[in-house]
Parts: sequence; C-alpha cells; structure tokens
Amino acid sequence: MRAQFVMSEIGVGLRRNLTMTIAVVVSVALSLALAGASLLVRDQVNSMKGFWYDKVQVAVYLCNKSDAKQYASCSGGAVTDQQRTQIKADLLKLPVVADVQYENKQDAYKHWKEMNPDNPLTGVVGADGLPESFRVKLKDPQQYDVIASAFAGKPGVQSVEDQRKILDNLFGLLNGLQTVAFGVMSLMVCVALLLIVNTVRVSAFSRRRETGIMRLVGASNFYVQMPFIAEAAFAALLGAALASGLLLVGNLFVHNWLQPRVQFIHFIGLPEVMRVIPLLVVIGMGMAAVAAFFTLRKYLKV
Amino acid sequence: MIRFDNVSKTYPKQNRPALMDVSLEIEKGEFVFLVGSSGSGKSTFLRLLLREERPSQGAVHVLGKDLGRLSNWKVPHMRRQLGTVFQDFRLLPNKTVAQNVAFALEVIGKPKAAINKVVPEVLDLVGLAGKEDRMPGELSGGEQQRVAIARAFVNRPMLLIADEPTGNLDPQNSVGIMKLLDRINRTGTTVLMATHDQAIVDQMRKRVIELDKGHLVRDQSRGVYGYQH
Repeated sequence: MRAQFVMSEIGVGLRRNLTMTIAVVVSVALSLALAGASLLVRDQVNSMKGFWYDKVQVAVYLCNKSDAKQYASCSGGAVTDQQRTQIKADLLKLPVVADVQYENKQDAYKHWKEMNPDNPLTGVVGADGLPESFRVKLKDPQQYDVIASAFAGKPGVQSVEDQRKILDNLFGLLNGLQTVAFGVMSLMVCVALLLIVNTVRVSAFSRRRETGIMRLVGASNFYVQMPFIAEAAFAALLGAALASGLLLVGNLFVHNWLQPRVQFIHFIGLPEVMRVIPLLVVIGMGMAAVAAFFTLRKYLKV
Repeated sequence: MIRFDNVSKTYPKQNRPALMDVSLEIEKGEFVFLVGSSGSGKSTFLRLLLREERPSQGAVHVLGKDLGRLSNWKVPHMRRQLGTVFQDFRLLPNKTVAQNVAFALEVIGKPKAAINKVVPEVLDLVGLAGKEDRMPGELSGGEQQRVAIARAFVNRPMLLIADEPTGNLDPQNSVGIMKLLDRINRTGTTVLMATHDQAIVDQMRKRVIELDKGHLVRDQSRGVYGYQH
C-alpha cells in the first residue's frame, strides 16, 4: 500500500465532494460533541456523588421546646439529657454507623447562618429556634432506612432526615440532562451515518471509472475500497477535532463563567475532557470507516 | 490457457441461455478471433473469462484455475495475469498517458521505481514514445487504444482479452492496432479478440470461433469471418 498514492486519492475525493464532506464533518462533530458532553455529565455526577455522599449524613434531630405539639415523640417537650445520652449510645451500637457527631443549637445556628447569609430570617431565628441533632455518618450511605426505622418516633427524637434526598433532586436533573444529550446524540449519529453512507455512495459513483479500471487490472478489494474508507475516516477525524474544540470551549465556559457563580459544586475539568477526546476520535473514525465499508460492499462488488 | 467444459450461462429472469453447452480449448500463444452477431454470447464468453460472471453449468478454466471455484478474494490476483482492452478505451481523462498506464501498476501496489522503469518501455512498445505527457483527449482514437493496450500489457499478462478493440476506429487505425496485437502475440501472449470487423478477420487468417445464439457453431483454424450476417 503506497501511502502517497492513497493520500492524494483522499484529497481529490474530499475536494470533489466538498459540500457533502462539510455536512459529514459538521454532523459528526455535533454527534461526537453530544456524546462527549453526555460522558462528561456522567463523570460530573459520579464525582459529585463521591464528594457529597462522603459529606452528607443522616441527621437525627432532637426535640426542641416548641416541638411538643407538632411531633408525637416530642410530647415531653425538649429532649432530656438522659434521652440524649440514650440515643447516642443506641446509635453507636448499630453496626452500620461509622461515626456520630453531636451538633448543639449554637452550632446549628452558626451553620445555618453560613449557608444562608442573605436570608432575612437570620435576625428573627435565634439559636433557640433550631433543633440540636446527631450527625450520623454511615458506613454505607444506602443504609439510611436502618436508622430511620430505629429512631423515628423514639422519645426525644423529632425527626430523622436523609440529607442525600436533597442532592438526589440535583442528580436527577443532571441525569435527565445526560439522557437528553444521549437522545439527541443518537439522532445526530443516525444523521451522521446516513450522510456518510450517502457521501461514500456519491464518491463511489463519481469514481466508478477509476474503480472499474482498478477491478479490471486486479487491484485487491482493500486497494479499491481503501480510499473511500480513508476518506470517510478522515472527514470523521475533522469532525472529532471540531467536537473536541467544542468540548474545550465548553470547559472554559464552565470554569470561567459557571464555576465562580456556582461555588458549591466542584466542576470536573480539563483532565476529564482530555480523557474523553481520544475516545471521541476513535469512535468517530471507527463509525465512519465501518459505515463506509458496509456501503461499499454493496456498491463495489468484485 | 483457456478451457470451457460444457459451459452454459443463463442470466436470472431470462429464459434463453446466453451460452449453451460450449466446450473449447485455447492453447498458450494462440491468436483467436471470437465472432458472432450481437446477442450471440460473445460478451458473456468474455465476462466468464474475467470472472465477472460464473457459469450456470460446466467449468471455465483460465490459466489452470477453475474460475467457478475461485473464491472472491483470489479474483483480483487472477486478473493481474490478464490484460483487457475495450472498444471504448476506458482511459482516465484527467490523467496523462503515462499516468494512465502507471495507474494500473499503482493500484496493485507496485513500487514506484519499477513503475518508472516499465511504463516508458511499454509506451515505446505500443508506439507512443514521446507522447507520455499528453492527455487522452488530445490523442486520436487509435492512439487512445494504444494507451489502453499499453495499460493492459504493462504487467506482461499471459492472456490479452480484447473486446472489439477496433470498433471505434477507422480502417487505417484498425490495421495499426491489429499489427500491435500481432506483435504482442508474438511475444508469447495469448490474444483473444471479439470482433465484428470482417476485413480484419479475413486478412489475419487466424483461428476463428463463432457463436450464434449461445451455441458454438464454428471453430476453424486460419478461418475467415464467415457468412454475411
């Protein structure tokens, strides 16, 4: 296989069919960019899950003075010292519990103020308005139900809250975004494949004189098909490059614009994008080459 | 070189077979005319030799190989040992004379050095020395057919198949092409030529095979074109 000969054939083929080539490049770029975005969103969700699940705990809120009417288990008013000690001992006895931290009202108020600095209620709500709690860290965050069933309704326990639930809404949103990206990508891949098939067909037709002679003089199938396959793969390579550019621009946008505004999320960055790019190149070129190969099987019989 | 054993060919959706029970043998170094009116089966005969079709019945042997049993991926290699020339030349209009000939070698992966060596030699042989850089469009029909013959012969095939090579040429150019084919035949290459050109067949006095409605009706050494059709 003479590389120079093949390269010149590819150049001729792509130029002759410029509009179709552009269409292939753009559609491949869009589908690969969406595929990459979908992969990156998944990475982002995983990274956030690892980060937050580690921090997020089960909160066992203890009864406050004012809870007596609202919660049956608080009928005795605020939690007593004895109840508090008992609850802590019971928590530590459970095998799923890794660690128990006590948070008193002052700490709760401090945290609440940190998280809601602009909330107008800050002045109104005093430390007394907030419940004290045990922050329970689980060995396996999925085991929340064990705590909930053991402690909900116990005397002195106001309520048990799995803080993961708050995050699950966010993850649900991100998963939804990923699904949408994946769905649009699937459609774009179909468009890209159809365009590749059509481009190869047009290319094979416009070069039927050459391929006819090639078959006549005994060029191997590989030699006859290679320029077309290489042509499609090369167009896909351009598309993959464009898609990579789009992802890098997206990365800049997330880090320079979005990150300063949404500080509580740690966004994945360049290393993850760079990991996805080679994958996109391989997928794009492979997809184009396979599509071209199967198209040619039909149009260039021995 | 070529052997047909009771070969029949029926195309799908056609009642009448294109070839019917044809048996013949062509030896190495022969010069053979294949004659017959349109629809007599000449094209099918040639397509079977090139393994563009497989026989419905019987066996076609070319260069010692049973083409009916030759697997697809071996076909290109078999065709490298054949040269083929057509009535319509089939040159690439955007390549020069030398590039057209070189193309046939490039696509079978011959090294550049070998190509640069043999292309001028074969162009000299067919009488096109000095016209290497012309485009096909600038050449006469006879010269274009010489390019096509150079391309078919550059690989020194054992068998040259010519499908009405003089069909588009005036008598003078036709004679030139026949002299060239005769010269190639004298190098030991078997030449099989399908033709309608009565004058040429009568003048050359070579073996004549005549097909009529798919049947082999005449196989005559030193024959003439035959009856008026």
